[in-house]
Amino acid sequence: MSSDQPFVTDDTQVLTETRDARMTGEAPGATDDRFNSKLREAFGSSPFILTKFDKFMNWVRGSSMFMLQFGIACCSIEMMHTYAVKHDLDRFGAGVPRASPRQADVIIVPGTIVSKFAPRMKRVYDQMPEPKFVVGMGNCTISGGPFQQGYNVIKGAEEVIPVDIHIPGCPPRPEALIYGVAKLQERIANGESAPVVVKPYELEQFGDLDRDEIVDQLAAQIDEDDLVMRYNWADSP
Amino acid sequence: MSLEQPRDAAAVERTLGDELETLLGDRVLGREEHVNAPGFVIRPGDVQDVLFRLRDEAGFDHLSCVTAQEYEDRYESIYHLKKYADPTQEVSVVVPTDKENPVSQSAEPVYRTADWHEREAYDLVGIKYEGHPDLRRILLPETWQGHPLSLDYDQDRPQVVPLREHANPLHEDHADEQDADTMYINVGPHHPATHGVLHLKCILDGEQVVDVESDIGYLHRCEEQMAQQGTYRYQIMPYPDRWDYISAGLLNEWAYARAAEDLADIDVPEYAQVVRTMGAELCRIAAHMLAVGTFALDVYGDFTAIFMYAIRDREKAQNILEDLTGQRLMFNYFRLGGVVWDLPEPREEFFEKIRDFLDDLPEALEEYHDLITGNEILQARTIDTGVLPPDVAKSYGATGPVARGSGIDYDLRRDDPYGYYDELDWDVAVEDGCDNFARLLVRLREVEESAKIIDQCVDLLEDWPEDERTIQSNVPRTLRPDDDKEIYRAVESAKGELGIYIRADGTDKPARFKIRSPCFSNLQTLPEMSNGEYVPDLIASLGSLDIVLGEVDR
Ligand code: SF4
Repeated sequence: MSSDQPFVTDDTQVLTETRDARMTGEAPGATDDRFNSKLREAFGSSPFILTKFDKFMNWVRGSSMFMLQFGIACCSIEMMHTYAVKHDLDRFGAGVPRASPRQADVIIVPGTIVSKFAPRMKRVYDQMPEPKFVVGMGNCTISGGPFQQGYNVIKGAEEVIPVDIHIPGCPPRPEALIYGVAKLQERIANGESAPVVVKPYELEQFGDLDRDEIVDQLAAQIDEDDLVMRYNWADSP
Repeated sequence: MSLEQPRDAAAVERTLGDELETLLGDRVLGREEHVNAPGFVIRPGDVQDVLFRLRDEAGFDHLSCVTAQEYEDRYESIYHLKKYADPTQEVSVVVPTDKENPVSQSAEPVYRTADWHEREAYDLVGIKYEGHPDLRRILLPETWQGHPLSLDYDQDRPQVVPLREHANPLHEDHADEQDADTMYINVGPHHPATHGVLHLKCILDGEQVVDVESDIGYLHRCEEQMAQQGTYRYQIMPYPDRWDYISAGLLNEWAYARAAEDLADIDVPEYAQVVRTMGAELCRIAAHMLAVGTFALDVYGDFTAIFMYAIRDREKAQNILEDLTGQRLMFNYFRLGGVVWDLPEPREEFFEKIRDFLDDLPEALEEYHDLITGNEILQARTIDTGVLPPDVAKSYGATGPVARGSGIDYDLRRDDPYGYYDELDWDVAVEDGCDNFARLLVRLREVEESAKIIDQCVDLLEDWPEDERTIQSNVPRTLRPDDDKEIYRAVESAKGELGIYIRADGTDKPARFKIRSPCFSNLQTLPEMSNGEYVPDLIASLGSLDIVLGEVDR
């Protein structure tokens, strides 16, 4: 191998060739004339992309997420490790824990929710500005986990607030949490929104109404000054 | 462990019991023998009288735990008393109350720690205490229906939990005086400084704390019910990991292992004891690292250097523990009669890893001392704030670093030895500053002592002959301790004395399983330390108590 021929592809050349091929319509499948547009004329050779504004916003949102500093139980220890050195969730644009719900986009629910805490958690969730996302960390937020049979334990975070991502494990390893958060970012970037949550016994109560109607009905039940949680242990899963 | 020792202990117990019986005279209705201590049955109206005598004349100055339970024909409260000077001297005061009207005299005037313990007994079992200053629910919401650990509780009934605004109970008292208005402020249950889901109801007069009341129960996960539903052999062991979840898993597992092994007369091979001791001390280091890191976080309020350093050292300890147990946090490594498996192969590599960690530790501690204890700002914030005098600490049943920071030389590893601790060479860290700084120093010094213990364990394990590495003794597949056998046993966990009371009923599940959590008692001292001080000192005091809500609420 001669020294004046290093084994490097010259990308400028590749790019130019690709663009030229598209502009002249010679490349296979290059039927659109975006590259011949007025925009191209206006911008000259400086690079630009075309996208929908919504899509752009979703991408931005997913790439910069502020977490709520919210610790409940054992899982929060692993969550702290995920924020800190070694795992460093910040690398993925989802690090900075915020102490106030008003500044946070994402709430990671790291632990067992019991009857006394559930209304408080709901209030914290309500205080977060829209759009907001929820990551349920650990088996406790899925079903109550090891404490499912407890007389005081809510059988999953979904009984209280909607959850976008469930991460199983007891506790999930930091790597699992990172994977879950990355999945959430992916979902956000794809514009998939959080589902509305209806408890199983409420579903029964509202029969088969449309989703919007259920939301209205549920909203009508809320007393503004007094957030009341009713637990029907027999009927929850 | 030889068989002689327990027999001697039993003899000592009997003489102790006789002496006390003479002291108490005709207040004693009957005697019971618990595995750990003599028990005296007394009338519900004599509680204060008997406890005063035991405290002032026999020197039982430590109310370790109050267990409440319901039998088919009666309710019962048991006061487990100990001495700070010698925790092997124990006595149980058993107070039966009748089924229809379970009222018993409160022990609060004798031991202040009884305040919360009796509230818990009322909340979960339903015994009422006469003369209690403030008998309300403590763990469950105020609106809860029924007492969940009583026999006829219906777990399926619907419950309603409201969330209303809190009122300022002192507002009226202070409103008329000019310019002395009080303000009510909630700290938590979701607040970065509460280390979880603690709720502090604070009343402030300007910057000063007039009154602070801790509202707990936001993480009451029914640990006792869970344990009562599990079989002794395997099903209970995973739960202790989740009481004090700050990596103190093995220390907690030891509490259950010790109580259940003594209850069912199981021997533990010496080799397993050394492995347990080593693992437990690694856990203690990890737990104290987090305590120090979050304390610095509370005092400095930044999420940077010290916290990250502490996490870095924890990661190292966790890696070793993961090699040993297979898990980072919830180890489930102990079994009754030993541990689940031997050290990982290749052993040399594992030992080298531990040695590396221990070699780096002095330098790391040096760093902590430079950053934290040597820092003037931190000293100004912590020295002489959150003062807890030793006699107050004792009356609240404080143990662990909180007691040792107040000059109380009390460590169950030395005073009531278990495992391999009495064969090893180490010291108990005691500081007599009684303030936030002293508690911090105790933790940092304990890390050094733990490192010493681990080092000696590694030496022992390295030279252990290959054919004597028994990791578990023979334990029957199903354990059925004798009917009505009762035991209360404690170990020194990262936060203090972690005790467990078990009553067997002849089946393979405990009839009553009560957890005495060190944090529960330690947290009770918070108003003593903060009333009259500034708000930031309240936060520092709370940080220096190093509570973990999983253990406070259980
Ligand atoms: S899932 Fe496991 S580790 Fe997480 S909070 Fe629940 S019990 Fe704790």
